[in-house]
Amino acid sequence: MCLAVPGRVLDIEERDGTRMASVDFGGVVKEVCLEYLPDLQVGEYAIVHVGFALQRLDEASAKQTLELFATLGMLQEEFGDPWELAAEAGGSPLPAAGIDTPQEAQK
Amino acid sequence: MKYIDEFQDPDLARRLLDDIHSTVTRPWALMEVCGGQTHTIIRHGIDQLLPEQVELIHGPGCPVCVTPLEVIDKALEIASRPEVIFCSFGDMLRVPGTGRDLFQVRSEGGDVRVVYSPLDALRIAQQNPDREVVFFGIGFETTAPPNAMTVYQARKLGIQNFSLLVSHVRVPPAIEAIMQSPRCRVQAFLAAGHVCSVMGVAEYPELAERFRVPIVVTGFEPLDILEGVRRTVLQLERGEHTVDNAYPRAVRPEGNPAAQAMLADVFEVTDRAWRGIGTIPGSGWRLSSRYRDYDAEYRFSVTGIQTREPAECRSGEVLQGLLKPHECEAFGTLCTPRTPLGATMVSSEGACAAYYLYRRLDITNASLEASTVV
Repeated sequence: MCLAVPGRVLDIEERDGTRMASVDFGGVVKEVCLEYLPDLQVGEYAIVHVGFALQRLDEASAKQTLELFATLGMLQEEFGDPWELAAEAGGSPLPAAGIDTPQEAQK
Repeated sequence: MKYIDEFQDPDLARRLLDDIHSTVTRPWALMEVCGGQTHTIIRHGIDQLLPEQVELIHGPGCPVCVTPLEVIDKALEIASRPEVIFCSFGDMLRVPGTGRDLFQVRSEGGDVRVVYSPLDALRIAQQNPDREVVFFGIGFETTAPPNAMTVYQARKLGIQNFSLLVSHVRVPPAIEAIMQSPRCRVQAFLAAGHVCSVMGVAEYPELAERFRVPIVVTGFEPLDILEGVRRTVLQLERGEHTVDNAYPRAVRPEGNPAAQAMLADVFEVTDRAWRGIGTIPGSGWRLSSRYRDYDAEYRFSVTGIQTREPAECRSGEVLQGLLKPHECEAFGTLCTPRTPLGATMVSSEGACAAYYLYRRLDITNASLEASTVV
């Protein structure tokens, strides 16, 4: 949960008076709030934590980190299905109630 | 992974390690504060690559691990109510409360949902105006600003059916508590990089001076950790105790002022209990009185829940760096990820989970490996 992942801003829009962006994390695209980095532009990279851009990052560092995370399977940990991960960790079947599906758009 | 050639840049890793080996002349104990750093260290065998005199002590920087049992029980109580949609990050699902966890609440029919961002929970509230949506707001200074912004947005948009069960914690008071413990062996800190991305470094010089400890802001990738250790050891050997930023690509000295301003608006500092450790003065945030309407503890009247932690779990000692996970008698036997006694065995950032995942099978010959890899 404390993992913050670098991502690249694809596009920006205002929603409910809030600056939001689509951000690409090595293939997984998520909606990210830019209120804490209001001058972040399309094409730039930032460190994103739980859907919020927290600090700018240079492109080379961002790409290097993303490559490392992909190698170590950490992107799967961050963006995979948490119910499946929890079920596997506990050796339990998935809860019967309708599981919410991962909301990210796969690219 | 215990060999240098498995590092992203093996040549740089070797140079950093050589530098550390040639600098060290006597024993030093360093605490890494961040649970993500603990996992990197164990996963890559960094502790085994370092000189014997350099000991890495694992700190309390796993937000899931330090969330008090009574807060978990409050979450379970609220999540069980039929009118509630309870939203959480995925890593809270298996954290044991008294007798059960959120995963079981879901299995029993509770509407527990996992979200990527607290803003997703707010959207669920907008889409379900006839339900009460509660978000489980835990975490350090990295996670608190997103949660603060979500409550701010809820008020701005006039969303009434959203609230936050809040148990946020702050790193500097934890460092202070660790240094004040009579059993403390820590001589320097690797500060958590992403916490500093938000908060900057302003809170650390006073701590470094008062306790005469070097504090080196460190990232969580393998080479970041080696560089953090290198700079820390250099200071220790020179008898220095300053704040140094070894993670400048992600940490500016001033941090993120917009995030800090939102924290100051929505939250106020409070005493906070840490699971396994006890109450640390001024170590947490709660919603400020202006946002009390959004506090799930009051909305669902669970402020009175008190619980006692199981005595057989020694995670409190692990979190304070007083015990290594495998030194606990229950480790790997009574306590495993499938049957965890405490959160340190559950969380993806917990020290016990790190040892179980990456170290369990080779504990007995760890010293042998350490002597052959460098």
